[in-house]
Amino acid sequence: MLRSLFHSELTLGLAQAAVASVMALLVILLARRRHIHLEGDASIALLRGIGQIIAVGSILALLLRAPRWTSIFLLVAMIIAAGSISARRANNIPGAAKVSTYAIAVGAGLVTAVMTWAGVIDTAITSLIPVGSMIIANAMNTNGLALNRFRSEVLSHTGEIETALALGATPQATIRPYVEASIQSSLIPAIDNLRSLGIVWIPGLMTGMLLSGARPMYAAIYQFVVIAMILASSGLTSLLSTTMMQAHAFSIADQLLLKGSE
Amino acid sequence: MSATKAAQAQPVLRAEKLSRAVPTKTLLSDISFAVGASELLGIVGPSGSGKSSLLRLLNRLDEPTTGTVFLNGLDYRRIPPRELRRRVGMVTQRPFMFPGTVASNVRFGPAQRGESVSDEQIALLLEQVGLPNLASQDAAVLSGGEQQRVSLARSLANHPEVLLLDEPTSALDEQSKLGIEELISSLTYKHGLACVLVTHDREQARRLCRRVLALEAGHVRHSGLVAEVLGA
Repeated sequence: MLRSLFHSELTLGLAQAAVASVMALLVILLARRRHIHLEGDASIALLRGIGQIIAVGSILALLLRAPRWTSIFLLVAMIIAAGSISARRANNIPGAAKVSTYAIAVGAGLVTAVMTWAGVIDTAITSLIPVGSMIIANAMNTNGLALNRFRSEVLSHTGEIETALALGATPQATIRPYVEASIQSSLIPAIDNLRSLGIVWIPGLMTGMLLSGARPMYAAIYQFVVIAMILASSGLTSLLSTTMMQAHAFSIADQLLLKGSE
Repeated sequence: MSATKAAQAQPVLRAEKLSRAVPTKTLLSDISFAVGASELLGIVGPSGSGKSSLLRLLNRLDEPTTGTVFLNGLDYRRIPPRELRRRVGMVTQRPFMFPGTVASNVRFGPAQRGESVSDEQIALLLEQVGLPNLASQDAAVLSGGEQQRVSLARSLANHPEVLLLDEPTSALDEQSKLGIEELISSLTYKHGLACVLVTHDREQARRLCRRVLALEAGHVRHSGLVAEVLGA
């Protein structure tokens, strides 16, 4: 229906975005009727999302004419933004923004760099930016999940942790089971994505490749490659952020700092 | 020599002008006292008076804002935290059991230093706390009173010089409570421990302690012999 109303690609895209947003708003209103208030967060997220993606589209349009190495700046900016956004999921754990940015930079940055060096990701801006951003975005989600779980695990096991400290255990030993639980739970989405690939969902990248004329078999295999890269970078990010966060959870005198108010 | 004189002459634990403040309030202010070997000092006071906060400063689970604690004459900030906590044991109001058997719980402290505890030593410790033949029992299925006894044995396995007891009987029924009181009293003398007992139960303080420290809003209101502070 929209295609018959809008003939320019840009206006068609904006109309499609409006229809999708209305669908999301309807669900938010439905949730509100059940006293689940998502309207604030979700409305801001929708507005931010459309604003940000239009901005990135404009930057990409400019970058297409720029040298290939300029994509590094955009990826670095994405990593910094991802660190800041996922740190909010840590509900104000001291040092969460710094830890998140480092972990995503190393986790997503290393995987993207190695894969680009190996020729798995093409250095063309049209390839590096979308694939790199997918890796960064997934690392961000995993990091947010890991820190959120880490925080709730520590807060709900303060008694056990301090009992172990009071018996002479190291902070690392006291907190190990909760770090492991945080890493495992944060990787569930990435592992499930890999497990359900092709059965439950056909990801957007493969769809895009098919639409742009790539052979179906290559598009399918490359999609697996991307999801496997996402698992690698998410795993590395989660390991790094929870390991670094342990240092922020304790003082130099092995006192638990991350706890409810006194 | 009486316990009071022992504490004054050669205290095992001496708190000096301890204070703790958090951003929103002052929890403790200028607390000083000493405890000698084989002595049980009571800390009494209403809820929120700072009793548990004080206890947490004594094994450095929290950091004093000002003041310090001396363990056998040595400033505890000069003792590595893990070593300090081995020497200053703690039993909390709610006994947190680690997953596994009673024996693995008792072995927990020494295992942190790479030390092993023989089955005979475990049996002896459990005998002392009144839980013979329970070494292989799953710690999670024990009653509250039994878990508190395991908690005591677990602390004793570290061979502490000081034992901090934070309302150890408040979650127990009357019969278990009296049993634990008797156990605390006998272990204090048997092991020559310097004990600090936090309790909101003034009768318990009368039964167990010779000296008490009464806290109110983070300050010491009274200190001295139990009859002087709590009345006859």
